[in-house]
Amino acid sequence: MFKRQESLKSKTKYRSIWADIIGVTLTVFIFILPFYFLVVNAAKGTSESFRLNMSPPKKWLLFHNIGKVVADHDWHVLRSTYNSLILTVFSVFFLVIISGMTGFVMHRKRNRASTVANWLVLTALVIPPAIVPTIWVLQRVHLYKTLAGMIAIEVAYGLAFAILIFRNFIGTIPKEIDEAAIVDGCTGWNLYFRIIFPLLKPVTITIGIIATAGIFNDFTNPLYYLPGDENATLQQTLFAYVSRYSTQYNLLFSDILYITAFPLLAFIFFNKRIVSGMTAGSIKG
Amino acid sequence: MVLFFIPTVLSLFFSLTRWTLQEWEFIGLENFKLYFSEENLRIGFRNTIIYAVVSSGLKVIIALYLANFLSSKLRTTGFIRSVLFFPTLVSTIGVGITFSMLMNPYEGVINNSIKSIAAIFGKVTDGPGWLVDPNLLPILSIAMVDVWKGVGIATLIYIAGMAAIPRDYYEASSIDGATPRQQFYKVTIPLVRPAMFSVIILSFVGGLRSFDLIWAMTGGGPGFISDVLASINYKQYTSGYYGLSTAGNVILFVLVSILVFPLSRYLNKKEVVM
Repeated sequence: MFKRQESLKSKTKYRSIWADIIGVTLTVFIFILPFYFLVVNAAKGTSESFRLNMSPPKKWLLFHNIGKVVADHDWHVLRSTYNSLILTVFSVFFLVIISGMTGFVMHRKRNRASTVANWLVLTALVIPPAIVPTIWVLQRVHLYKTLAGMIAIEVAYGLAFAILIFRNFIGTIPKEIDEAAIVDGCTGWNLYFRIIFPLLKPVTITIGIIATAGIFNDFTNPLYYLPGDENATLQQTLFAYVSRYSTQYNLLFSDILYITAFPLLAFIFFNKRIVSGMTAGSIKG
Repeated sequence: MVLFFIPTVLSLFFSLTRWTLQEWEFIGLENFKLYFSEENLRIGFRNTIIYAVVSSGLKVIIALYLANFLSSKLRTTGFIRSVLFFPTLVSTIGVGITFSMLMNPYEGVINNSIKSIAAIFGKVTDGPGWLVDPNLLPILSIAMVDVWKGVGIATLIYIAGMAAIPRDYYEASSIDGATPRQQFYKVTIPLVRPAMFSVIILSFVGGLRSFDLIWAMTGGGPGFISDVLASINYKQYTSGYYGLSTAGNVILFVLVSILVFPLSRYLNKKEVVM
């Protein structure tokens, strides 16, 4: 009996080494090779990159190329970096604040209004936004083609998902905590910002990351609601550069790398938090 | 609220008009008639459904196995998980451009590899024309890239669901002599259902509404071969047919509703039974 168990144990260990090797090989092959392709071609000279192969560059020109892209078109990329960052930071900030509070109220108050709100959230999660009428509304309130209007749009579109996750997570915070705080004379804003909001930290970080990636990489909505050269976000610039750099693939790839650098940094800093925040039981339909 | 629901209601009205943003003229169902009479709309309809079904179906299945694989005792779980998740954070446009280069039919890395592998076996082939094929291939290729990009987040949702399953079930079933394979089918899958529903609904809705990846990779081309409803709407918008574009929006809205709401009701019912 004892012997059998021993052999079973060593067998599972053996298998898991093979599983490790196969898993890592496949991930490298499928997920890392495209990035490798991107980097080597961004570092090549123009004629070399035109062959689109995987070989390493003869001379590493990566920073030279990125510098060229940034300075091109009268520092257009810097301008759009600024737009993208402003848009992302403000949208995520308002999104997290508003959806957290809404989620809290929706979970704690059980009445007709919260049933309606629930239904609205689920509907908004599913149906596609009506684009042209939204533009019409934005024009009426003079927010069309402005960053402020774009921020409002991103917040509005992101709310449903964020509220849903906040609401489910708040379900795991015992009601007794609010009651204790209320007995101690803590109500309204204080209750939320002093007591509840700190408890929401893991899920706030998760939502923050997902929303940041979503808004920073959003191409479609700025395309509709924020046209104009001076308003371009990084994604818009990248798309425009597909035709601008149709003969200079190295610069095109450098631009992609430059844009990827932002999420990469966030990823390196927050990687552990993302996974733990997600597994904190926050995502449950 | 103001930015979402008012426009949705307004869209029902404006879809019945000829509209230049400044003024409108009521033309009844003309827009819908025009929309449905267009030849390439049928392609767009078909593509939207194929794209959503293929990409969400593959994500649901692949991510399930991946999550199971990554939940087992592995030394490299953390590494694989991070790598898998990373494409979620990367620019869709960037991914689209990179893959359209990789899938280039003449110079692309994928077809060059296929050519050299075929050469080993003494065959000569040009490889498939991933994004330029005149049939279904372009939309399927784009769906593959969508899976590549989105499978990480789906896997993460599954892993969260699997972490919530109590260990006792596995212990009990292994005492009863269940193999890991049986455990996966009889314990993991039934208990991970709620996470599976989230993945199904989120990826299916995302697939139906998808626009940016398709726009970056083929722009709906060649011709209209890989157009979906969202890209047709955008094309009409840029040509100034606002009423027509809004009608397209309403059609997309109806399509999503009639597909997704019954689906989610069905899935919820199953959950209750369980």
